[in-house]
This record gives sequence, structure tokens and C-alpha cells, in this order.
Amino acid sequence: MQTIAEARAQAQAGTATALAERHFQLIAEQDGPDGLGIHSFLALSRERALAQAARVDELQAKGQNAGPLAGVPVAIKDVLAMTGAPATAGSKILAGYQPPYDATAVRKLEAAGAVLLGKLNCDEFAMGSSNENSAYGPVRNPRALDRVPGGSSGGSAAAVAAGFAVATLGTDTGGSIRQPAAFCGVVGVLPTYGRVSRFGLIAFASSLDRVGPFTANVSDAATLLTVLAGQDPLDATSADRPVEDFSAALARPVEGLRVGVPEEYFGEGLDPEIRAAIERTLDGLRARGCELVKISLPHTRYAIPTYYVLATAEASSNLSRFDGVRFGLRSSESQTLSAMFRRTREEGFGAEVKRRILLGTYSLSAGYYDAYYRKAQQVRMLVARDFLDAFTRCDVLVAPMTPTPPFKPGEKVDDPMAMYLADIYSVAASLAGICGMSVPCGETKDGLPIGVQVMGPHFGESTMLRAGLAIEQMQEKM
Amino acid sequence: MSAVTVEEVRRVAELANLQLTPEEETRMARDLGAILGHVAQLAELDTKNVEPMAQVSDVLGLVSDGAGGTLRTDAVRASVDRRAVMAVAPESDGRFFKVPKVIER
Repeated sequence: MQTIAEARAQAQAGTATALAERHFQLIAEQDGPDGLGIHSFLALSRERALAQAARVDELQAKGQNAGPLAGVPVAIKDVLAMTGAPATAGSKILAGYQPPYDATAVRKLEAAGAVLLGKLNCDEFAMGSSNENSAYGPVRNPRALDRVPGGSSGGSAAAVAAGFAVATLGTDTGGSIRQPAAFCGVVGVLPTYGRVSRFGLIAFASSLDRVGPFTANVSDAATLLTVLAGQDPLDATSADRPVEDFSAALARPVEGLRVGVPEEYFGEGLDPEIRAAIERTLDGLRARGCELVKISLPHTRYAIPTYYVLATAEASSNLSRFDGVRFGLRSSESQTLSAMFRRTREEGFGAEVKRRILLGTYSLSAGYYDAYYRKAQQVRMLVARDFLDAFTRCDVLVAPMTPTPPFKPGEKVDDPMAMYLADIYSVAASLAGICGMSVPCGETKDGLPIGVQVMGPHFGESTMLRAGLAIEQMQEKM
Repeated sequence: MSAVTVEEVRRVAELANLQLTPEEETRMARDLGAILGHVAQLAELDTKNVEPMAQVSDVLGLVSDGAGGTLRTDAVRASVDRRAVMAVAPESDGRFFKVPKVIER
């Protein structure tokens, strides 16, 4: 893995063009079936990347500042719109779709000097926890090729872990940045809901979807977040909050920080090696002057069922736009409009997407709305209040990110409930809208990465990142 | 486990404009039953006096003031070029999307 500082230095000592070419070559050699078969990229945006690299080189040749990400090779999860490359959302229903505009997050990265290498594999419409739901084939975990990289942003996590890109964008609706970051041993940040614009994101569940970065370390995550954050007139849910310099905030020590330890995250089902790694992390924070505070988040166990009612209901509505009329696939040989809708959706959507559309439609349908959808919205309020209460007594929460290390492909594909439970520690923060991140904190005796989760209050990224940095620094000493 | 019948799956599939194969119908009935069985535990909670949370802003006091004061101004601005949109449509005459017959007899 390469850091932003290293990449910038290389782009300045040599050229951004040469650096981009080296990354394209590495991807060509290792990402495909003739290399390691990681399959993190679905498409390369060579032309756009090289044009941007040439711009950066020109500016730097004149001694001008080309931005905080000048020449840094970055790649984008394929659920975000970016001109110059197809956007498939990992689905056959969008095969061949070339979006005519850029997502705000994509535009901001390029404005900061980043070189956009291409689009990254993911679970279809970001629905999955193993990347096995991509219509274009699964992603392998670069840290353990016989394991899944996590999902749904499996390609985004794998591309950073394999060194193909210095940073990537992912999206997280119920854990899709944080869980793959933990599985691939990289840093992944879930910004507070509203912190980063969703404009140009192919929507899954709009009240939960967030865009965030994957990086090699915490300091790089702070750099990316500073670039990405801010209100956007094109996203009405983006927040009118001042954007801090998250990198500058990292300089403050963690001494005196109150670290909450939520007891519900250490119950049955937690892998003993992960438990031990998290406990070591907590000891390390205490040694650095943090005060550990016992916290209870009593509605934690209701987060998964709440999430799967609300996220699927929103998905059933959002995915109704895929009907063969305006973009992507259209089933041939349909004599009528309604037959074309049904056949296009039958041919274009995979099993998990259909399952979630059906579940969401079911809970929104007459007779079930109050018992499922409205009930879940009320429980969502209870889950959110748990966190609001907790953050009156602590500054950040620290907990395991996943109940198990990365699992093997095929282990959970036939049992949707088992797959959903892979997100047991991530969905509550999603429902509440708070910020969260996964930081590497060691590995199992078999060498599988372990991630620790840090959660912060709404718009509390600065404090969360500081705690994350302290955790990262204690790994270097071990 | 709460049971979901194949008939219910068919009804919901029709509402969602999905056409399922008989194998998919059986599979989905089983899967939805298992997931809804897990969801049933929400009924344990008394939520009589709990406001539903539809948006994160509901818990932050950031809700729109009702008069639209927190919304952006309603001003004309450039949009995506129509030709670029039509160029990626499955079937278009350049101005409109073309679709099969709408009225069925």
C-alpha cells in the first residue's frame, strides 16, 4: 500500500503521468485472472486519467500547487456516476450505461488533483456483505485470496489493499465501507449522514446511503474527508455545517478522551481472537490517557431487523426507476410496455436484489405498513436515541467491526439471514446517522485482518479520526 | 418463522413489476419467511409514544422549517444536456424515449 504523501512525492519527483501508467500496469498484471484474480476493477478510465495527469504535470512544471491530491491515483465504486466510464452498479440491468454527468464526490476528487483510474466492483446495487452478488463476478481478498473481501464495497477495499489505488471511494448503507475495510486490513470511513454529497450516487436506500473513503492509513482518510465534505445544492440532505480541516484536527492528543465501550457489542457470537484484539486496543487507549466508560446501547439487537425493513422498503422505491425506458438494459421482444417492465427487471436483476425489492414491497403494501415499516421507523428512533444518550457520557465509542474474520466464498450465499448478520455491528450506526470508521488492529493467528470500529457523534469526525490515529499508532509499536 | 405463501410472493412481485420463475417463487417464499421471522422480534418493543424516524435530520433538529427556509433557492440552472441523456437510452428518436405499446387490449 502507498500513502498519499508517497504518491504525491512520486508524482512530483517524476510525473503524475508516469505514476498513473505504473498503476495501470500493476492493475493489468495483477487484478485479472492471469494475475492474482482479485477482480477489483470493472472498468478503467484511461483517457480521463491521463488527461488529468497531464494537467497536474503541467501545473507542477510551472511550480503551481495542483491540489492536496495532486497526481494521486484514486478509483471509484461503480455505484457513482463518472463520465468517461460505464456505471453498472454491479448489475446487468445497467450494462453498457455511460452516465452523462459526474457525481459531486467524483468532481471534488478530481478538482483536488486526483487521477481517476476507473470503476470498482461491488455487490449489485450495493446489496451484499461479501461481494458475491456482483453480476460481473466476485472480488478476492488481497490479504487472503481464499476469502471474501467483504461488501458491498469489496472492490474499493481490495483495490487499496492490493496497492492498485492509493485511495478509493465506497458507499455504506448498512456497513458497506466499514466491513470490507476490516476484512481487507485498510481504513474505511463512514462520514456522518449529510457530510458528503450523495449527488450522482445510484440510490439504494436514500435515508441511509453515504459516500466515504478507503485509504491505507488514518491520516489519508482525514485528507480525503476534507476534500469530500461540504454542503451541495444538488443534495438536499447534505448538511449546512462548516467543514473542518480534519487533517489539522489529528494533531491533538487523545489524552483525556472518554472512550465508550458498548457492552452489547461484546456478546455471544464474537470471535475470540477479534475480542482479544479489541481488548488490546482498549488497553492501549487507556495507556494513552483515555478514560474507558462502560456504555449500554440497549436496542442494538433490533438494529438488523429494523435495517432490513427500512433499507428494503427504500430500495423497492428507488429501484423502480430501472424499467428499460431511460437507461441500461431493455428486454427485447416485449409487445407491451408492462411486459417490457417485467421482463427487463426479471432479466436484469440478480437474486438478492429481487429478494430485497420483494421484501420492501411487502412491508410497504396495504395491511403490513404499520406492523413493519412504521414500526421499524419507530425502532430506528430508539436506536438513534441510544447513541445520543451514549454521547452525553463519552466522546467516541470503540467496538469490534465484524463478528468474524473474512469468511470463505459460498459460506453464506444460500442463507440470506446468515449473510445479513455479518453486519451486526455496523447497521446501528447507519440507522442513527452517526459517523464511524474501521481501523486495522492486528490479525488472527492465520493472518486474517481484524478491524476495530470507532464511532463518533453526528459531525464528530475530528474526534473519531483522532481516536483512529491513536489506534493505528499503537499497532506500529506492537 | 412467519410463513409467506407462494401466492403472497406472486402478489408482491406483481406490485413490484417483477416476473419470477416458479423456482424463484418457491425460493423467495422461503427466504422472505425466514427474514420476516427475524423481523417479528420488533413486536417485543413498546413503541406507542415513539415518533417514527424517517430521516437522520429528525434527531438533529435540522428539520426544514416548513416555509422552505432551509431549502436552496428555486432558481433556474443548467441541467444535463438532453442529447447526452437520449444518447444512452435503449430507444429514442433523439427527443423522446420510445417504448412498446402502452394501451393493451
